[in-house]
Amino acid sequence: MEEENQIKLHGMWGSTFTKRVELALKLKGIPYEYIEEDLSNKSQLVLKYNPVHKKVPVLVHNGKPIIESLIILEYIDETWKNAPRLLPDDPYERAKVLFWASFLHQQLFEDMGRVITSDGEAQEKATKDLFEKLTILEEGMKEFFPGGTPSINGENMGLLDILMYALFGPYKAHEEVLEMKTIDPERNPLLFSWVMALTELPVVKESTPPHEKLVALVQFIRENALQSCVA
Amino acid sequence: MAGVKLLGFWASSFAYRVIWTLKLKGINYEYIEEDLRNKSQLLLRHNPVHKKVPVLLHGDKAVAESLVILEYIEETWPENPLLPTDAYERAMARFWINFGESKNATFFQFFKSAAEEEQEKAIKETVEILKIIEEQSLGDKKFFGGEAIGLVDIAFGWLAYWFEGIEEAVGTKLLNSTTFPRLHAWIQNFKQVPVIKENLPDRQKLWAHSKRFRESLIQ
Repeated sequence: MEEENQIKLHGMWGSTFTKRVELALKLKGIPYEYIEEDLSNKSQLVLKYNPVHKKVPVLVHNGKPIIESLIILEYIDETWKNAPRLLPDDPYERAKVLFWASFLHQQLFEDMGRVITSDGEAQEKATKDLFEKLTILEEGMKEFFPGGTPSINGENMGLLDILMYALFGPYKAHEEVLEMKTIDPERNPLLFSWVMALTELPVVKESTPPHEKLVALVQFIRENALQSCVA
Repeated sequence: MAGVKLLGFWASSFAYRVIWTLKLKGINYEYIEEDLRNKSQLLLRHNPVHKKVPVLLHGDKAVAESLVILEYIEETWPENPLLPTDAYERAMARFWINFGESKNATFFQFFKSAAEEEQEKAIKETVEILKIIEEQSLGDKKFFGGEAIGLVDIAFGWLAYWFEGIEEAVGTKLLNSTTFPRLHAWIQNFKQVPVIKENLPDRQKLWAHSKRFRESLIQ
């Protein structure tokens, strides 16, 4: 009973990718052991489990490692089929969710990263790209929330909710460091109300790091990136 | 049974992933060639976000993004499965598909870099990725999917045919039987699979297209 169904998550407290997996495990009520990784000094386990990317999160289930947050989420959903279902069963509904998941995970995430790690003209362009993509997302999400303001609870959270929260949950910290709004109730009313609804959920609240810690982390990432830029 | 249509472009390896998958599953479909310089209303309507091919139309449903399409096909027509049944094995397959996709930018860099230093860096990074794919994904297997081809082979399929044209356009050969013996063997095996063999774009046309495309990027 000890080895069987043993679930470990190697992660980093500030990592948006780790956050996704943590949320999924909590939502499904799956007990797990969390191992905090110091990214400047990765444990032998992480290097052994994820030699290709050497990154967190790594989910270890019965001794078998699974990597890449989106893939881990799909694995969790397929292995623990209790509610909430992270992905729809219907292939077409599933395809639609996966399409937007890819949009959030690749495009929006990259744009957000660029806004945080650049300044001057580069940041202006990155910000413009981000706002354009947010507009596209706002439009695309109307299909998922036909009633307007999303009503989400711990029973019906899905993959897109998790990705949205992981990316924009820290919006206040981003705003403080960047001194500008990323997600804006006037520009993106649906997205903003969605993030508000998510951050109010108890299961989300208990996974959210303190504001000051997040601000310090975003500040650190930004300064690090700007320093290493060649003039 | 609702009709299936595929919007594609003759030179697109992304479109071919869908063609191979449909054919391997014996699914009848209508192929519609898109002129990418003059995109059809059908394409713009059904992929308003990216405006790219391939797009799969199934009845009144439209699915975009080649890898999303592959998963959709796999789930809608489960006969002749192309993904493992075991959840963990499936996660591993998805990991490698995702890995390949995440490296598109590096391969593209190899394709379009011209200046010597730029090219050297791109070559180094490309070789590293090919090594990882050969050693850790393919290993000693005949196909990425094991004894028979699966979605991972299909996702990497462009390496078996398009990559040679890219190497030719760049003027640098990276993948051969000495440098990457196992990948090279996989390429030969992959191209022998009947569905693949019978569904590849014309080699000369494709190579000329790659050359032209590269020239347009370098200018």
